[in-house]
Amino acid sequence: MSKASPIRLSELLESARMAIESVRSHKLRSALTLLGVMVGVFSIILVMTTMRAMQRSIEGELAALGANTFQIQRWPALSFGGPGSWEKYGRRKPISMSDLRLLQERATLAIAVAAQDNLASGEASSRFDTTPPNVRLIGATAGVFPARNWNMKEGRPILDADVESATEVCVLGSGLEENLFPFGSALGERIKMDGIPYRVVGVLEKKGALGGSSQDNFAVIPLTTGLNRYGRIWRSIELLVQAQDLQRYEDTVEQVRGILRTARKVPPGAEDDFDLFSNDSLISQFQSFTLTARIGVAAVSSIALIAAGIGIMNIMLVSVTERTREIGIRRAIGARKRNILTQFLTEAVVLCELGGLIGVAAGLIAGNIAAQVLNLPVVIPVDWVFLGLLICSAVGIIFGVYPATKAANLDPIESLRYE
Amino acid sequence: MPLISVENLSRRYLMGGETIHALRDVSLAIESGEYLAIMGPSGSGKSTLMNLLGCLDSPSSGRYELNGSRVSEMDDDQLAEIRNREIGFVFQTFNLLPRSTALQNVELPLVYSGMPAVARRQRAIEVLAQVGLAERMQHKPNELSGGQRQRVAIARALVTRPSIILADEPTGNLDSRTGDEIMSLFAELSVNGNTVILVTHEEEIARHTRRIIRIRDGLIASDQTNISPPPTPGAHTDTGQPMVP
Ligand SMILES: Nc1ncnc2c1ncn2[C@@H]1O[C@H](COP(=O)(O)OP(=O)(O)O)[C@@H](O)[C@H]1O
Ligand SMILES: [Mg+2]
Repeated sequence: MSKASPIRLSELLESARMAIESVRSHKLRSALTLLGVMVGVFSIILVMTTMRAMQRSIEGELAALGANTFQIQRWPALSFGGPGSWEKYGRRKPISMSDLRLLQERATLAIAVAAQDNLASGEASSRFDTTPPNVRLIGATAGVFPARNWNMKEGRPILDADVESATEVCVLGSGLEENLFPFGSALGERIKMDGIPYRVVGVLEKKGALGGSSQDNFAVIPLTTGLNRYGRIWRSIELLVQAQDLQRYEDTVEQVRGILRTARKVPPGAEDDFDLFSNDSLISQFQSFTLTARIGVAAVSSIALIAAGIGIMNIMLVSVTERTREIGIRRAIGARKRNILTQFLTEAVVLCELGGLIGVAAGLIAGNIAAQVLNLPVVIPVDWVFLGLLICSAVGIIFGVYPATKAANLDPIESLRYE
Repeated sequence: MPLISVENLSRRYLMGGETIHALRDVSLAIESGEYLAIMGPSGSGKSTLMNLLGCLDSPSSGRYELNGSRVSEMDDDQLAEIRNREIGFVFQTFNLLPRSTALQNVELPLVYSGMPAVARRQRAIEVLAQVGLAERMQHKPNELSGGQRQRVAIARALVTRPSIILADEPTGNLDSRTGDEIMSLFAELSVNGNTVILVTHEEEIARHTRRIIRIRDGLIASDQTNISPPPTPGAHTDTGQPMVP
C-alpha cells in the first residue's frame, strides 16, 4: 500500500499556476515582498554588467599593445582613487618630446621607443560624407605602428620622415575608412578634421571583433603635425617602449624608469612621477579593483536578499494562515504532507523568481545604460543572470521551508474547520 | 466481507486535563452499495465518526478495516492515499477552492493521484456532465449558486471512483428545494451502485436512505433498516427493501 510516489511534474505545474494566481490576487502585497529580491538581484546584475563591459573595453584596448611593450604616461591608465588623486597626478610634470628623445638615445635595452597622443575627438569629413563628432585623432611616431600591432590594409604607415617634417598626411582606422569612403579606396583622398585637410596615405586592418567598429573609428597623423596644430605646452604625451624579449623585459623597464627618474629629478626613494604599465599589470590592476567591487556588491546584495527572504517568509506565513482551509480541503481529497510542502515551496520560489526576473531585466538595462554613458560596449553577463536567478530560487527555498513545513503539518480536520 | 468493518472504535479528546469521549466502542459493518444515514443531535459524535470512516482521523482505540485493509494502523501518507482513492467527501460548506474553476476543482484529486493531464481533464468533464454542470465548468465557485457548488463538490468526490461517498450535512447550507435536488442526486448515485453515507440531524433527509444509524453521546443508539424510502429516480425495480449487494 505504501509505495513512495515521487513529486510529479503536473503537480509542480499546478502549484506554479496556483502561485501565480495568488500573486495576482494580492498584487500590492506581492509587489512589496518582491521589492527586496528585485533590489538584491538588480544590484548584482547592474554591477556585474557594468564591470563586464569595462573589462571588455579594457581587454579590447589592451589587445592593442604588442608583446613585451609597456606604456608610460602622466596619468594612471586606471584610476579608482578618490578626489585627492587628481591633485597628486596634476602636479606631475608633463611628458614631452624631450623625454622621448632622451629614451631613444639612452634606453639601450629597448628595440623601439615611440610616442603617441590623443589629440582631439570630433567630426571628420570626406567629399562623400561627414561622420558624427566621435572620431578620435591620434598623433603618433612611426614606432607606434609595430608597438600597437597596427597592420596596414593598404598604403603605408606614418614614417619617421613624416614626423620629422610634420607633413599633413594621415592613416585611417578601418571603421573610419568605411564611413568616409564607402565606395572605393581612400588612398590619395583628402579628409578634413577641425578644418585641416590631411592626405590619406594608408588604411589599417580591422582590429578583432572585440568592442565592435568603434575601436577602429580613428585617424592617425604624425605626432609633430598634431602638436604643431593642437599645442605642446602642458601637453603630456604617451611613450611606448618595446623590449627585445620577455627575458629582458624587466631590465628594460628598470632602465627606462631610471632614465626618466633622473631626467625628471625624482629624489631617490620617492614615488615615480609617471605611470608605467603593461597589458599584464593593467589586467591585474583591473582585477584587484573588480574584486573590491565584487565584495561590495556581494555585501549589499546579501543584505538585500536576506531582508527579502525574511519578507518572503513573513508573507508565506500569512498565506499559510489565510489558506488553512484550502490546505484542509487538499488534505481531505488526498494530498500528502509532501504535496502541501511542495506547493508552498513552489510558491515561495515562483514569488522569488518573479522578483528575480524583474531585477535581472532592470539590472541589464541599467548596467548597459551605464556602459553607454561610459562609452563601453553592450554586454549581457549570461553567467551572472543564471547565478542571480539561482540565488533567487535558493532564497525562496531557504526562507520558504519553515512556512511550507508549517502548512504541511497542519491537522486536516482542524484546517477544514478553520474559518 | 463487508466494505467497512469497525470494531470497538473509540475516539477520545483531551481538553484541559479532561477526557472527552466523542466516540465509545462503536462497532458496525457497512456493505458495498449501501445508502445510509448517520443521525444524532449536535455533539453526539457524528462528525467524529465520519472523520474516522473517511480516514481523516485515527481512532484512539479499536479496529477499522476498509476494503480488507487495516486503516487503523496506517501512517499519514497511506491515509492520504486511501482518502484519494477510496473516499469522496462532500461537506456542508462545499469546501471548494475559491480561486479555481469548477473544472480545476474537480480535477484536483486526480492531480494528487497522478493521472496524466489529458485523461484527467476528460474524466473531470465527464463527471461534471454527470452532475448536470456541463455548461458551468469554467465558472469559479463565487459565480455559481449554492446548489451548483454542491454539485461541483459531488463531482469532485466522484472523480476518482471512490468506494464510499461521505457527506456531512450536505444540504445544511441549501434551501429546501435545492436540498431536494441534491438528495435526488445522491439517490441516483446510490442506484448506480455507489456506497453513500450521509451525516445529518434532519429526519427529513435521513428518510431518503435505506438504513439509519442513530448515535447519542458517542454510542450507537439504534441501527434500523428504513422500510419506506421515497421512490428514487431511475430506481424502477426498487421495492423498498434494503439493498443487499
Ligand atoms: N478536536 C476536538 N477537541 C475536543 N473535543 C472535540 C473535538 N472534536 C469534537 N469534540 C467533541 O466531541 C464530541 C462530538 O463532536 P462531533 O463529532 O463534532 O459531534 P457532531 O458532529 O455530532 O455534532 C463533542 O462533544 C465535541 O465537543
Ligand atoms: Mg458535526
